[in-house]
This record gives sequence, structure tokens and C-alpha cells, in this order.
Amino acid sequence: MDFAYILTAGITTAIGPIAAIYALAAIGLNLHFGYTGLLNFGQVGFMLVGAYGLGISVNTFGLPMWAGFLVAVACAVVLALLLGIPTLRLRADYLSICTIAVAEVARLLYRAEFARDLTGGVYGLQGFADGFYDMNPIPRGSYGFGDITFSARDVWLMLFAWGLVAVACLVMWLLVHSPWGRVIKGIREDEDAVRSLGKNVFVYKMQSLVLGGVFGALAGVVIAINQQTIHPDQFMPQVTFYLWAMLLLGGAGRTLGPVIGSVVLWFLLTVVDELLRGLIQVGALPFLQSSDAGALRHAVVGLVLLLLIVFRPQGLIGDRKEMLVNVK
Amino acid sequence: MSSDANGAAVDRMPGVEPVPGSAKPDPILKASGVRRSFGGLTAVNVERLEVQRGTITALIGPNGAGKSTLFNLLTGFDRVDAGEWSFQGRSLNRLSGHKVARAGMVRTFQLTKALTRLTVMDNMLLAAPDQFGEGMLGAFARPVWQRHERLNRTRAEELLDRFKLLAKKDDIAGSLSGGQRKLLEMARALMVNPSMIMLDEPMAGVNPALVQSLLGHITALRDDGVTVLFVEHDMDVIMGISDWIVVLAQGQVIAEGRPADIRANKQVVDAYLGAQHDESGGEPGAETDTGESR
Repeated sequence: MDFAYILTAGITTAIGPIAAIYALAAIGLNLHFGYTGLLNFGQVGFMLVGAYGLGISVNTFGLPMWAGFLVAVACAVVLALLLGIPTLRLRADYLSICTIAVAEVARLLYRAEFARDLTGGVYGLQGFADGFYDMNPIPRGSYGFGDITFSARDVWLMLFAWGLVAVACLVMWLLVHSPWGRVIKGIREDEDAVRSLGKNVFVYKMQSLVLGGVFGALAGVVIAINQQTIHPDQFMPQVTFYLWAMLLLGGAGRTLGPVIGSVVLWFLLTVVDELLRGLIQVGALPFLQSSDAGALRHAVVGLVLLLLIVFRPQGLIGDRKEMLVNVK
Repeated sequence: MSSDANGAAVDRMPGVEPVPGSAKPDPILKASGVRRSFGGLTAVNVERLEVQRGTITALIGPNGAGKSTLFNLLTGFDRVDAGEWSFQGRSLNRLSGHKVARAGMVRTFQLTKALTRLTVMDNMLLAAPDQFGEGMLGAFARPVWQRHERLNRTRAEELLDRFKLLAKKDDIAGSLSGGQRKLLEMARALMVNPSMIMLDEPMAGVNPALVQSLLGHITALRDDGVTVLFVEHDMDVIMGISDWIVVLAQGQVIAEGRPADIRANKQVVDAYLGAQHDESGGEPGAETDTGESR
């Protein structure tokens, strides 16, 4: 087994575009849950409307790339309003039930036969991201350090994706360290108390839902650009649960929590995967085929998360004192 | 008790008839026909109620009399089935909770609602009204709101000092004791600059040593010109500091008056004080049930 290779593979994934995509979507979830206390189990729905917002604009309507971005953001705003207006005045659990349902309904709608002219149905959309790669200013070649290398295409995409993550983190930091952030943190603790002090709780929850959804849609846009093809069945509910795992792993209610969570979880997933494959190859696990590794890695990562919840419930960079405070 | 001194020395309700629904010379809050039922149960059915500006008015009544429901209705935390009420001449019907607070009528809760994972200072700053940085876009204009924030911080420190919480300002509110949370909730409500403050059982669960200082804070509020309406069960407390007492039973106002009037009111003694006297026997609160002991 080549440990150096395993480590290299782990790091490559951890700093690659996929980790950035998940970090971006988890930042949105952090605004919802970590700061406002909204239980959103349908973040993947925002990623879906974001990815398709770009794909449909460019492919079906022939709009330029930047217009596709705006459409993606607008789609997220509309979805957040649709979700929020009926549920945000009610108790917290209504929103969470609706989010998981709406995300799944959106996936089924986008893959439905009647929507095929627009969305490509089950076949999805392809070839809408050329405009992005045509703009690549980085000369051809291979970039990296040691065994970790990326093509010029990847470097361009990573700059873009991590750039978006950096902007999202900056926006989040500015927001949560402002009076606006204080109000949404207050809502997380007790929305009746905040209402009794003259704040319009509904509007704040709506703003939080919209902005977090926009971060999700931007993640969807980067997914679309990264793959250069999208199809509805990659936006399954488990994507949202990965995001939750990353958020809790990194630390909810911390600006960098979701970013660290995404990087660490992708590193773990890859390393465990490669390790299992290696062990199976050298015959250390005779009862397994190498194709089982992919499934087994999730079990191992699940175990790691379980241990984390038991021994470090606040996440990697959370505040334990805050976590364990007597909430009653 | 200080009740006699308080009630007799300064009668803040001169010439007001001690009858249910009596008109006050300068009412800050006027309600009429306020009704709320849950299924077949009529929780609140208040024909007429006025609260005099600049006084401490107590709302008492046996458990289930509808005191908290009335609080919720008046402050926009629940919807009435019928009735209307106005505050400082402005109708509050159908206004949601945050608008009622902005109109100057701020409430606290029976079960204290400290924002536990925020610091004591953040609890206070949150409550300050009209903050530019509270808007989502305004939040990005740091230099604009930071000046206002400094002024709010000074005011918050003054209030915290008054409520003996200044030393705790950087602790998270969840680390405070129950009594300190009551104090914080009161200080926080004052941060809104209310003209009327509604306290739902401010003494419940508070250490007796702290009760005196809480009472001091409440009378100080009145002396600053804030109207206080509060729900309480402790008869010593009520008789001691109230200028006016409203008795609620089964959702209706059955009596109103100065502490002395209430003590002498046969109906109240039967319906409420007497019953409590029988149950609680020799407890300290019992001696205030009638005027005979004085």
C-alpha cells in the first residue's frame, strides 16, 4: 500500500473544486441553522435550481454566462420565498418538513417528461459551460506542488470556486458581526423574546432563508460548471445530509465551520476509500471486493461522525462552553 | 408593610371609583370588549379596562383566570376574537407583537427568555430600537452603525449597572442564575425605551433576597415615568407596591381598586384571597388577605 499516494489523493480532493462546492452550500446551511436556527433539510433543492438556472439560461435560451448566474440566484430567491412565506410564521418543524419535501418535488419536476424541452428530463443538460472555460486566463500546463497537481482548467475552476467561498465567508463574517447578525442569533435562541423587543422576526428569517439559499444556488452553479453536464438524479436528499455532516463536523455557528467541515470530510472520505481499496488489494480484507470500498467508506465516516458527536459535540472549531450552556 | 404608606401617602388615583371597568383620568391603555376563547372555554372576556399613566397596576387572579392570555392579547402575541384596545390613543388591534413593542408597550415573559448563547451585553444591544445596522444591507455599512452602537453600549452599561449586572456583561446569558435572568429581561425591556412595561410574574422563582431589589427597580421605573402593569401571585408584593389592583377571575374583571379597597372587597376575598388563605394557612402571604390584621 502506498501511503504517500493515499495522502496525496486525500489532499487533492480536500482542496479540489468539489470540496469548495460543498463548502459553499454548507455556508448557506450554516446561516440557516447555525445562526438563525432554521432547520433546512432541503439545501440540495437550492443547488438544483442554481445548477439548472445556469444550464437552462445558457442552453435553452442562449443567454451569456453571467446572465445564467443571475438567473440561478433569482431561482434561489423565488424558491426561498415559496418555502418561507407559508412556513416561517409557523413553528420551526413546519419549515423543515417542507424543505425536505420541496427539494424532492423540485427534483421530480425537473426530471419529468413534460419539462423535457426545458430541462432535458432524465437526460439533463450538457455543454453550457464552454463560456466559462473560454475565459480561462491561465496558460496550459500542470500546476501544483509535489505529487499534487492540477490542470490549468482545474486551477481556473478552483480559483473561481474557492474565490466564491472566500467572498461568502467575508459576507457571512460581516453579517454575523453586525446588529443584523445579533438579531438572527437572538431568533435562534428565542424568537418570541426577539419579537417582544420590537423586531420583525418573520422578515429576518426570510432574509436568512433567501441568502442561505443563494449560497446553495451558487454551489449548484459551480457543480454545473465543474461537470459541464447536469442531470436531476445527482440532487438526491443525501447531498443535504452530507452538508449537515460537514456543518456539524466543522462547527455550526462559526464562520469557517462549514469550510473546515467540507475540507476535512472530503479528505476523510477519500483517504478511507483509498485505504480500504489498498487493504482489499493486498488481501487483508478477504471477505470484501474492491467495489465494496465505496459503500464501506460511508460506514467508516459515519462512525467518525458518531464519535465526534459523543466526544466533541461542538464540532472541530465550535465553542464547547456555548454548546453545553443550560438552554432552559 | 409599606402598603399603607404607599397607598395612603401618595394616592396616584385620586377620585377614581373602585369598581370594575372604572374610567381613569389619564389612561395610557384602554381596552373594551376584549374576548378570546379556546374551543368552548372563554379564557378572557374583559368588558372594560383602563390603566392609568405613570402608575403601577397589578393584575391578580387565581390560576387560569386569564391573566397571561390577556397579556398575550394586549401585546399582539395572540389574536382576539373580539374587542378593541388603544395605547396612547393609538389603536393596537391586529398589530403583531413587534409593532406593539415599537409602539412603546414592551412585555416580559412568565418563563424567562434570556437569549442564552448571546452575551449579556448582546442581549441588551439587541433590544435597542432603530438601529441602522439591523437592516441586511445596513449591516455592511460598519462605520455608519458603529457610532450608534457606541451610544447604545453606554446606555446598556448604565442599565446593567442599575440592575447589578455590569460585572457579567461579557458572560453568556445562559450562565446567569434564574434571578439574574429576570433582572436581565427587565433591563433588556427598558433598552427599548418603553412608555409602558408589562411584567408577567417578575418575582416567580426569584430568591427572596432579590425580591426586595426587584421591587425597588419596579418602583424606580414608575418614578421615571414608565407605566407598569404586572401579573403577580405574591400578595405581600402586590399590596406593597401597587397603586391600583385589577382582579381577574374566569376571564372577567371582578374588582378594581387601591390595595385597601381590594382587601376590603368581600367578593375578592371570597373568590381569591380567602380561598388562598384557607389553603396556605400560616404562610407569610396570608396575613395580607384582609385588613383586619392592621
